[in-house]
Amino acid sequence: MIDPFAVKDCALIAVATGERAHNLRELRDRLEKTSSGCIYYHFWGGLLRPSFDDPEYQNDFAVWAYHGLHDRFLAERLALVDPTEFADLEELRRELIEVIEERLDENELVPWSSAHQQFHFIRSQIVVFDTRIRLTKPEQLPEYIPHLTVGSIFYHFVDARRRTANRSDDFSEWIKGFGTGYNGLLEHIAALDPYFKSLTELRAQLAQIVEEHVDR
Amino acid sequence: MTDLLLDQYQEIVGEEVVGSLRQLAEPLRGIRVVHVNSTNDGGGVAEILHRMIPLKRELGLDPSWEVIVGEGEFYRCTKYMHNTLQGNRFEISRPLLKQYEETNEENAERLRDQLEEADFVFIHDPQPAPLLNLCPGRKGKWIWRCHIDVSRPYRPVWKYLRNFVEPYDASIWSLAEFAQPLHHPLYLITPSIDPLSDKNRELSQKELQEALKRSKLDPDRPIVVQVSRFDRFKDPVGVIQAFRLAKKFVPLQLVLAGGGATDDPEGEEVLSEVREAAILEPDIHVMLLPSDSHRIINGLQRLADIVLQKSTREGFGLTVTEAMWKGRPVIGGEVGGIRLQVHNHHTGFLVNTPEGAALRIRYLLTHRDKLEEMGRKARQFILENFLITRHVREYLTLMLAILRGTEERIELL
Repeated sequence: MIDPFAVKDCALIAVATGERAHNLRELRDRLEKTSSGCIYYHFWGGLLRPSFDDPEYQNDFAVWAYHGLHDRFLAERLALVDPTEFADLEELRRELIEVIEERLDENELVPWSSAHQQFHFIRSQIVVFDTRIRLTKPEQLPEYIPHLTVGSIFYHFVDARRRTANRSDDFSEWIKGFGTGYNGLLEHIAALDPYFKSLTELRAQLAQIVEEHVDR
Repeated sequence: MTDLLLDQYQEIVGEEVVGSLRQLAEPLRGIRVVHVNSTNDGGGVAEILHRMIPLKRELGLDPSWEVIVGEGEFYRCTKYMHNTLQGNRFEISRPLLKQYEETNEENAERLRDQLEEADFVFIHDPQPAPLLNLCPGRKGKWIWRCHIDVSRPYRPVWKYLRNFVEPYDASIWSLAEFAQPLHHPLYLITPSIDPLSDKNRELSQKELQEALKRSKLDPDRPIVVQVSRFDRFKDPVGVIQAFRLAKKFVPLQLVLAGGGATDDPEGEEVLSEVREAAILEPDIHVMLLPSDSHRIINGLQRLADIVLQKSTREGFGLTVTEAMWKGRPVIGGEVGGIRLQVHNHHTGFLVNTPEGAALRIRYLLTHRDKLEEMGRKARQFILENFLITRHVREYLTLMLAILRGTEERIELL
């Protein structure tokens, strides 16, 4: 018997750490020591905080490289760092530092930001709560997914990658328990890239996939 | 129409957003929350509290709102404090600071019982900050909410104020760059507007026609509007310069409309400077509005083709949010929270000079398709990010987080 899928929701609250970087070397040094929660926030927090849905760059480090340091080369390279490709936040941290060090090696001068465009390290606290909605079979997904909050989508589709053994989403982990009959559905869900989409876009695409691949 | 506020918000933001608020509020049912600020009339803080209190009550919390009262010298001191915390270099005299402390002591006498019994106390801005030290028997969590831009304060004044705010359990800031290092968690929450308030609700064509007639504006020529207190940080004189530069190329009318706030004694002086700068220019309309002129402001923002907020310092800039909610692109100073709202070529333009503002006015008035597209994007952006429902959600999250300490993950199961 497979446990019902417990639909949860979450809310994120941002906390300033007071750590700042004025130039690229400081950013590198801070990145070595800052909490992994900060790295998580600067890659994924944009999905749940007030932010413009159509940003030039997907993570805050790339945005700062462009707007704070005016270094387009670095901004492009940092923007290409996709957090879903790394086993954990420590690996992601190492990759970020690698990209920055490469840029420091290329430049004789360390790029600086103006005083009002420093990089501010932010972490977050996440409050997870139970919606009391329970799904007992995948056939219920087409009915429920279009009505999930963006917080639920974040929790089950993005945050799940930090919690699940396979760095997957909660829906896929649950559906796997029902045997091989849902492999087509699982393949399509796995192909969804959460990094370049807003949560409303993710919800719409997930809804479309379950609508097409699950018989009600 | 339903009387329940939550039902009304649900029609705007959707069922799932309001459902989520109700669930988040469930563990906080019955807790006593007191907000304290220094004015119940005028200014963004009072406007937010006017609606947040009933909304929290509907969600099952037990909220109240208290206003500290003082004499002229107290407000003069806190205005200086406000200006110096935003970067002006100015010594506040000892007698004025003494008045500040004594006024807080007088208010503490009146409010002590209520504040000491509360589960959460939110103290807004510097004016009532000393209250915490004056309530030694406090039982709940105390949070200092800073609404102003303290990114580069005049240090002696910040050091003085820091003594009062350091002992709080947490503080809330509108942006990370405003947050000063303190030995407690520094939460980041942006403010919001209320889409149901008189200032932001939809207006009928008839109401708009009346607003046009009342303001004596010509419906056939473009209108640019800046709504804000008459305050030097809002750069109203710079707006007049931008108007004069742009008017050489495009027909134009300018409205500078501002209310006073009971805690702002400098307004009249700035208003005289503005009137002098606008002299002999019939197309500049300077309007000093009573603080309850919400519908008039609503009408002016809707009559505008473009809204300006050319601040040189800004906490968040709720007038920007209001204008964007009404589908108007905003030309705003590249400061504070305006940068979070105005995205170049998407929701408006960020500028640093009167010349920059004039250039963007010309651009938008000669590219009407862009003006309308930016207006549409602006409204959607506010709908998704800066309405009061998001704000209340973050307050609830913060209260739950503070009750559980500094844990990164809090499971309410």
